Amino acid sequence: MATNITIVERRNGLVPVDWKELWDYRELLLLLAWRDIKVRYKQTVLGASWAILQPLLNMLIFTLLFHKLAHMPSDGLPYPVFVLAGLLPWTFFANSVGTSAQSLVGSAHLITRVYFPRLIVVLSSVLSGLLDLGITFLLMFGIMAFYHVRVGWALLLLPLLVLITSLTALGIGTGIAALTVAYRDFRYVVPFAVQVGMFITPVVYPVSVIPQRWRWLVNLNPMAGIIGAYRSSFFSTPLPWGQLFLSLCSGAVLLLIGTAYFRKVERGFADII
Amino acid sequence: MSQPAIRVHKLSKEYRLGHNYQQGPTFREMLVDVAKSPFRRLGGIRVRSTEIFSALRDVSFEVQPGEVVGVIGRNGAGKSTLLKILSRITEPTSGRAELRGRVASLLEVGTGFHPELTGRENVFLNGALMGMSRAEVSRKFDAIIAFSEVEKFLDTPVKHYSSGMYVRLAFAVAAHLEPEILIVDEVLAVGDMAFQRKCLGKMRDFVGRSGRTVLFVSHNMAAIESLCDRAILFEGGRLVDAGSPQQMTRKYLSGVDSQTYDRDLTRIDRPVDFGEEVRFTHIRICDDQGRTLQTIRLGEEFNVEFAYTVKRAQRDMLLHFRIETVWGELLIDSWDRDSLPREATLEGEYRVRIRLSPQDLHPGQYQITLIAAVHMVRWLDRVVGALVFSVGSFSDTETVAPERSALLFRKYLWSRSVGDSDKAQVVLEGRELKDR
Repeated sequence: MATNITIVERRNGLVPVDWKELWDYRELLLLLAWRDIKVRYKQTVLGASWAILQPLLNMLIFTLLFHKLAHMPSDGLPYPVFVLAGLLPWTFFANSVGTSAQSLVGSAHLITRVYFPRLIVVLSSVLSGLLDLGITFLLMFGIMAFYHVRVGWALLLLPLLVLITSLTALGIGTGIAALTVAYRDFRYVVPFAVQVGMFITPVVYPVSVIPQRWRWLVNLNPMAGIIGAYRSSFFSTPLPWGQLFLSLCSGAVLLLIGTAYFRKVERGFADII
Repeated sequence: MSQPAIRVHKLSKEYRLGHNYQQGPTFREMLVDVAKSPFRRLGGIRVRSTEIFSALRDVSFEVQPGEVVGVIGRNGAGKSTLLKILSRITEPTSGRAELRGRVASLLEVGTGFHPELTGRENVFLNGALMGMSRAEVSRKFDAIIAFSEVEKFLDTPVKHYSSGMYVRLAFAVAAHLEPEILIVDEVLAVGDMAFQRKCLGKMRDFVGRSGRTVLFVSHNMAAIESLCDRAILFEGGRLVDAGSPQQMTRKYLSGVDSQTYDRDLTRIDRPVDFGEEVRFTHIRICDDQGRTLQTIRLGEEFNVEFAYTVKRAQRDMLLHFRIETVWGELLIDSWDRDSLPREATLEGEYRVRIRLSPQDLHPGQYQITLIAAVHMVRWLDRVVGALVFSVGSFSDTETVAPERSALLFRKYLWSRSVGDSDKAQVVLEGRELKDR
């Protein structure tokens, strides 16, 4: 009979991600994500409609501010459609990073009582945000129909883009979650950083308003290329390959750093959380 | 030759205690630090260390497959740290442990229960956290529910459950775990007596099946003696002895005897859900002049004095002062509002003194459990076995005789007559006994 042997000892240096173990805990991951969704919707008066209202209201506000008042260009598209196409992935990303950051501290009672791969906690935060994203896609299609914007084959890219966005959010989320455990005041930094992030990312404005020689800098931001790609997918415009490539690279680097840092410090979570 | 199920080799665990031990450093402090010496530390969680506390020192032992081993020792002796390391919740500082077989650890009942979810949903979530697959929980679901006796409320969110129902459901899940190695911390100390007995029975069933290895921490000496094949004794982070459960419980109890009745309670591990609002900090037994006692003689009055800190004002806090036998039976549950006015508790450091009369206790060993609670809502702090003390000594042979095993010791007024009832003549009448 094959027995599984558990070795308990101090691990030093970099600890690679244990993929097999993560796979073994997939049911727990789904249950935790489902719990988050269920509890979130149970505790709000508006329930799931909140997922639609938030981007819808943002869309209206930004349309008023940037389109009507500031006459922001929008690459020849109706501004509300344009801004919503950016707001959807951004809102998902921002919410994922925000909930990830709090996820470990919020699960302190689990972390000090039972063993499971700690990455599951962050993974489930990102996963539970996907439902909201799915709901807001419906809103997007409604608004597009309203403005008679046609969809094309490029829409098939959407699942891939969602995957990339999730991984990017995960990379930043894991790093920040671990930092929040170590430094409690970090949680005040996160909402502020996310807010600033929205304005240095081409969400409410097109990349085309940025002077050519500064674009590379903007594209180092992993969400910049991704949001550009969402727009291409919704509006069947050519994919911004160069931009996307740069963003993917920086996203991958962040994912590596984030998980590596997380794995390095997770052994101490139960002692300091 | 079969391999041991659990092999622990020179396991040690140190905690660094800094002034930031409770909260951890802040990001601002880290930035200031990095600014001062940018290359010194860039990775790892840094804890400013001022003092190192060894929770576990060089512990080695083996457990054979199918063996049930009890772990005993006073609070802070390292038992919980050992279980946390073997459960992989925290890493050892040095040393190594190997566990052969599927491990489940039960450090608390109802881990991960969410108040908003229904009983049914919580069973699945809790099961998954304990390492059961969905299919396994589904298969055992009916048995779990039957055991818990909460069928009718399965689809009610558990926030509406009474604490008894909550505990029963939580324990029911745990009772249906079927790992090859089970690691159990003081979990029998929950629920009412009848349910505790049922749980103990279930544990015995589990233990009875061959090949199941159990490591079991308890302050309940009766449970240790009746469940375990062997016991290991911890003191100050070290494994000091191993042997039969009877030998070890006796040694533990006699060791407790020689202690001074004065203890710091701040370093004892508390569950996170207690929060940090109220903490018992200190307990001792003293005479009327305030001198800490070394022994309590039979027939002597003595005082128990404990201190607690309230960090956030409590509107309706209830303090329990409990005396239990070391066998786990609750003898006395005294409340502060029995004699003090019921009023809000402000922030501050408090000290309580309770006077015990020798009439209260049979000679023997007892433990004090302190609880601060928002009545019927939640625990703010709880220290089981905050202090173990014994009344009387072995020279009191008459009253300590093992055949006198009643929980309470009373000398009543007896009168005896002999012969026919109408001609009854009292031949002997006991004299009113004074407090010795």
